Amino acid sequence: MLTLECPYCGIMADETELSPGYEAHLKRYGPGSSDEEFEAYMFARKNPKGVHFERWRHAYGCGKWFSPARDTATLEVFGTYPAQSAGPPQALQDKIKAKRPDWRGYT
Amino acid sequence: MKRYSAFALAREALSNHMGWERAWAAPQPKAAYDVIIIGAGGHGLATAYYLGKNFGITNVAILEKGWLGGGNTGRNTTIIRSNYLQDSSAAIYEKARSLYETLSQDLNYNAMFSPRGVMMLAQTHHEVRGYQRTAHANALQGVVTEFISPQRVKDLCPILNIDGPRYPVLGALWQARGGTGRHDAVAWGYARACSAMGMDILQNCEVKGITSANGMVTGVDTTKGYIGTKKIGIVVAGHSGQVADMAGFRLPVEAVALQALVSEPIKPCMDVVVMANTVHGYMSQSDKGEMVIGGGTDGFNNFTQRGSFHHIEETLRALIETFPIISRLKMLRQWGGIVDMTGDRSPIISKTPVGNCFINCGWGTGGFKAIPGSGWAMAELMAKGEPGPLAAEFDMWRFKEGRFIDESVAAGVAH
Repeated sequence: MLTLECPYCGIMADETELSPGYEAHLKRYGPGSSDEEFEAYMFARKNPKGVHFERWRHAYGCGKWFSPARDTATLEVFGTYPAQSAGPPQALQDKIKAKRPDWRGYT
Repeated sequence: MKRYSAFALAREALSNHMGWERAWAAPQPKAAYDVIIIGAGGHGLATAYYLGKNFGITNVAILEKGWLGGGNTGRNTTIIRSNYLQDSSAAIYEKARSLYETLSQDLNYNAMFSPRGVMMLAQTHHEVRGYQRTAHANALQGVVTEFISPQRVKDLCPILNIDGPRYPVLGALWQARGGTGRHDAVAWGYARACSAMGMDILQNCEVKGITSANGMVTGVDTTKGYIGTKKIGIVVAGHSGQVADMAGFRLPVEAVALQALVSEPIKPCMDVVVMANTVHGYMSQSDKGEMVIGGGTDGFNNFTQRGSFHHIEETLRALIETFPIISRLKMLRQWGGIVDMTGDRSPIISKTPVGNCFINCGWGTGGFKAIPGSGWAMAELMAKGEPGPLAAEFDMWRFKEGRFIDESVAAGVAH
């Protein structure tokens, strides 16, 4: 079972305690945006086989949204960070780069 | 290709069955082909088959990174039905179902299509109204379904508990001509027929890159070297995003795990397929006697072909209330497949931003039932360069333009 550390309450939470929320750091678009921007926000997804940054909610715990960095090909978890982040923290990106030298990096 | 028949069986018996030829050839790649299909699963092989049969295009290679039919074609619960709400879905799934009816004769290979009937239980009043609406839509589409009473449900499937305390059975959407097939045989039958037409099925040949010039595809880099081509069809289910990335475009697709499991074999007790979408489980009995069970997808991106245990636990917990007799059954095997889910839960059969590069993906949790119709529509798209009536509404630009084929709402959950 997938186990993620909630960065708010510090608990190692089992998957059954969490709700998945798919890709993190999507750029949101509002009224007046183009069709391409709406499509990018609502439907186009990175869906990588490898390093992925996601949103999960500690639904049956503290209730907070947070972001794990995870490898979708091995289910390895690299770390978690608060949802109030514009992108993955540099320290976490460096840690992933050290473990996965062929990773293209966060874009 | 030597045809299979009762006479062939007798003839081969005279030589102690030592004279059977290989079902399909194992060729080395040529320098170039007219068409390359990436992915030798059911959909890819069916695409190649109808390219040859309907359009006479046989200079075709089908590339497969593993073994043919080793992906989701070998990992599903083999349910075949066409009781969809939207016209464009009903058309392509009904085309597929009708092709399944004669597939064994067409391919000269026993695909074991068993039109035993598919029943979708209505266990809430919302579902009753939803399925009545679907039955009316199906009547207009020419798809034979009917909404049946709880008593008829019990008559058709006596092991069902229709008085469940939490979710009583209030009726069902019944498609008598739906059923199951033999998943491996569908892939093997198409592969044998493709090979007999002179197409090359290249197994253990993984695509590593797609080359193009002036916006048109020119070939693929593979683990068996470079192969040139005029047209590419990407038919790779869970890995669609990765192959699309090689061609240089993005898809509205997320890959998640969907699990299934089978019980120990028991005596025949159920001769229909039952789907219970409110509690989210479905079950049928295989010819070997195993209860074949499926449920919902896992909720996160995953390429490991393994799922989370609590999902199958949820599926079984729900099914035990509906089928009390399975509560003491041992489950023998459990597995996961990587399914490609689109934003509207309907497939994509489409041209792409790259010229002469076509894609067939997004079948999500319900691809097996669609294999013949999907191949038929994809072959027409690839041969003519423009979609025919079956594929017309399944293009990838519908997400930008808001033309969703919204079966995720229409069909409840199981799809």
